[in-house]
Amino acid sequence: MPIKFDVVVIGGGHAGCEAAAASARLGARTALLTQSRATIGVMSCNPAIGGLGKGHLVREIDALDGLMGRIADAAGIQFRMLNRSKGAAVRGPRAQADRSLYRAAMERELSDYPNLTILEGEALELVLDQGRAVAVSSTLGVLDCGAVVITTGTFLRGMIHIGDERIAAGRYGDAPSNLMSVSLLAAGFQLGRLKTGTPARLDGRTIEWSGLERQEGDSDPEPFSYLTDRITASQVDCYITRTTEAGHQIIRDNLHRAAIHSGAITGRGPRYCPSIEDKIARFADRESHQVFLEPEGLTDPTVYPNGISSSLPTEVQAAFIRTMPGLEKVEIIRTGYAIEYDYIDPRELWPSLETKRVKGLFLAGQINGSTGYEEAAAQGLVAGLNAGRFAGGGDRITFRRENSYIGVMIDDLVTRGVSEPYRMFTSRAEYRLSLRADNADQRLTPIGLDVGCVGSVRASSFKGKMQRLAAARDVLESIITTPQQALAGGVTVNKDGVRRSAYNLLSYPNASIKGLAEAWPRLLEIDSDAVKQIEIEAKYAVYLDRQSAEIAAFRKDEGIEIPMDFDYSKVDGLSNEIRARLAAVRPGSLGQASRVEGVTPVAVTLLAVALRRSTGFIKAAGQR
Amino acid sequence: MQDTIFALATGSQACAVAIIRISGPRATEIGTAFCKRDLRAREASYARIIDPKTGELIDTGLVLFFVGPASFTGEDCVEFQVHGSRAVVLRLLDALGREPGARIAQPGEFIRRAFDNGKLALTSVEGVADLIAAKTDLQRRQALAQAGGALALRGGIWRDMLLDALALITAEIDFADEGEAPAEVLGVVRKIVENLSSEFSLALADAERGELIRNGFRVVLCGPPNAGKSTLMNTIARRDVAIVTEHAGTTRDVIEVELDLGGLPVIICDTAGIREAVDPVEAIGVQRSIDAIGSADLSIWVSAAVDGVGRPELGSGRSILVASKMDQVQDVPAWADLGISARSGDGIDELIRRISAFGSEFLAGEPPIVTNARQRACVEAAARQVARLMADDFSALELVADDLLRCADILQELLGRIGAEDILGAVFSRFCMGK
Repeated sequence: MPIKFDVVVIGGGHAGCEAAAASARLGARTALLTQSRATIGVMSCNPAIGGLGKGHLVREIDALDGLMGRIADAAGIQFRMLNRSKGAAVRGPRAQADRSLYRAAMERELSDYPNLTILEGEALELVLDQGRAVAVSSTLGVLDCGAVVITTGTFLRGMIHIGDERIAAGRYGDAPSNLMSVSLLAAGFQLGRLKTGTPARLDGRTIEWSGLERQEGDSDPEPFSYLTDRITASQVDCYITRTTEAGHQIIRDNLHRAAIHSGAITGRGPRYCPSIEDKIARFADRESHQVFLEPEGLTDPTVYPNGISSSLPTEVQAAFIRTMPGLEKVEIIRTGYAIEYDYIDPRELWPSLETKRVKGLFLAGQINGSTGYEEAAAQGLVAGLNAGRFAGGGDRITFRRENSYIGVMIDDLVTRGVSEPYRMFTSRAEYRLSLRADNADQRLTPIGLDVGCVGSVRASSFKGKMQRLAAARDVLESIITTPQQALAGGVTVNKDGVRRSAYNLLSYPNASIKGLAEAWPRLLEIDSDAVKQIEIEAKYAVYLDRQSAEIAAFRKDEGIEIPMDFDYSKVDGLSNEIRARLAAVRPGSLGQASRVEGVTPVAVTLLAVALRRSTGFIKAAGQR
Repeated sequence: MQDTIFALATGSQACAVAIIRISGPRATEIGTAFCKRDLRAREASYARIIDPKTGELIDTGLVLFFVGPASFTGEDCVEFQVHGSRAVVLRLLDALGREPGARIAQPGEFIRRAFDNGKLALTSVEGVADLIAAKTDLQRRQALAQAGGALALRGGIWRDMLLDALALITAEIDFADEGEAPAEVLGVVRKIVENLSSEFSLALADAERGELIRNGFRVVLCGPPNAGKSTLMNTIARRDVAIVTEHAGTTRDVIEVELDLGGLPVIICDTAGIREAVDPVEAIGVQRSIDAIGSADLSIWVSAAVDGVGRPELGSGRSILVASKMDQVQDVPAWADLGISARSGDGIDELIRRISAFGSEFLAGEPPIVTNARQRACVEAAARQVARLMADDFSALELVADDLLRCADILQELLGRIGAEDILGAVFSRFCMGK
């Protein structure tokens, strides 16, 4: 075994897998260090990938030739396009995944991955030399390396709470990673504490399914990956039950015994993923809450009851669960719990996810205060790419708010920090109409090709698709119509004598290429995938024009760079509090500075003036 | 640490009492040092004010102490009220300037701190500036309301309405699979947007009045040359602001004078007489007269009674036709609304009464909430955004959200930023989300 690597990735969760693969795709010799091979790609919480905002992230990972989309396609057992009836910009692909299929597919993928070595062992300490990460000391010995990516999830001083019971663990049944916490503290990082939770797991064989509301998947499942032709795994249904008044009473009677309410937990939990005791306490007037019964696999009888995470004592959880229709006689496989863990204030990071304190050290996933497999994987990809480039002496690559959800997420994290576990939402993306799940490849694959993280299979598939789209646009643009002719194509426009292209007509309500083909049969020759894509982009074209003007204005601020060593004490009129906040985050641009918490518009103006005074510091966006 | 700032808050002329205000982290310490005793918050007390460096008595006076954030700036504030002589003020400012971390404030810095500390909205800052500049009672009332947060409060209501609509849409979009989103989102959003639209119209309907009160009601004296416009101007202003000669075409430029007519802010404008001018300079003056009539809130066409009406070029605005030089004729000509004589003073009081009546009719009522051009531009832009939204068919949630966000962006100057966190916060506090 070679003991020297370009990049060592610590942790084999969703962030670690993408980080290791991304680094390896760049050609860096990469080691993935995990406590156990069997936990690679494990879904610790709900057995699903994607969703609103999260589905966008999966598509973006895929566009950069990452793993998550293809693995989820292989393991998906119920696909649903959320918001299918709404506009394309807010549709999010989601799939229930077979937990064991997913894990196995991920391990298989990584086992054969070029340039990647999987090591089973525990990281003990980060070895620094003059402020730079140079090795990881582990139970396998010292691993020398050019860069380190830490993706330890909830394992940093992880503590599980079930009622008043406390178990030191990173995940149920797995030991926490306390040494790494100590090592990071020693390097001076600001650690904070967050909390999350997971529900009990049920034995599906003891659930009375008849009488429960059924939730079916889409009949024509749409894959995550641009490379997946069709979904092959068998598809299953989910079911919905509801909490009852009797159950609410049990929880109210035992509220004081929940770890969250007894004061045993200090970390902040996510508002969007409240425990059942939180829901019942906060929304006392609601008589009932929905609970989704999601199968964990095709052959595994385990059922994940989505919506009832809890830190109540085991017997209270069991009594409560058995008050729900269909679950009267259910056997509980594993109890629900809350887990508290350390995270590092993400304002300690550059947008490349490299730490500001230690060169060559990159962090990704829950350690940065985020939550969710997709958020973790997307950060892993960015950290892996940058670690690989750093080890090879290359420049960092960063993603931007106007080109990706990845960029939105990382900018939010490193600029504003977190007060609860950070989850992706489409409402966080100000350019939501252009950052769609359907065009992630058009937005990001060219960047991936530039960086060198996109393989030849995807490169040629992407090139082919772009050619088909260009050809389709050409045909549509070449057809120039009068209002009269448009009507023949099923589109009513003002009889203003203006001649419009068939492409323009597509932005009208009810217009479709199929309808237009009635008048211009040669449109029937357009490839059916291209039809879908072009119809979406044409619908949004009017709005997107407006948005690109805004993006241009936005980029003006983004393009005003602030030098890394800029001295905020020299800016006249800034309050000391704002000075301190800016000095801590060290934003890279005026735009990023304006998003730092507590920075007022007045302060941004003062900063702009100061930057302008020290001429030479300002570079227009176009000159980068 | 933030500097502690101080400044003379009263005028620079010698007067009975001068107020020197101190604000910032060291204000309490400095106040204590200068009075040689502890100060009690929100209390005025008599004090011997002593230079702490030399121990010399500077003056005796009152000292007031406010503990932040319950102060004008939001910081600790001390006020000295001393005898208003130059010597006392200079000696005290000099002693304060020797305190470490203290410096004289820049113009507007106290209110800047109040704004930065969230004590005042931008519109209230504008109101305070207007209040300081107020010349008439109507201006005072309006500025006082603005400084007290008239538009800021209304803006807060608009902000909440936008937030309600965005929270509903966000719940529907981002939590579609979590089963607890409210039904009938678009109907409710449409209702909110309609309400917003009428709110904006209401505010804008009053905006003209607000700007008139702030900037003054423009009364333009116009008419043929040598009709006595400049004489009338001087009579109304009760001083010689315009040059008066026997020569037709003496007035070349527009001359303005601000007056307080019974609390009404009025700007009287004297203009060049309107005729076919041969002199190029006079021709420019005539053009300016015509422009001034265009921007007038009230035009007063002045023509000598003996000459007849001339040819009133008044456009469609409000106007009064005045026959001047009534001392030369017996009866008020039929074309005129009113006859005056600057020489005898006849009819002048009646003219002023009519100007006031026009003004009162225009400007009376509760103070408007939109009071300057910046505020109006902002509300107008928001209104356009909402109007476009109403013209759309509300078919696509994400497009409605896009328009509403833009509306929020536009109102940002008035309202403070509405960010994604605010919207998500509203969602989580109103609906039970999360599987």
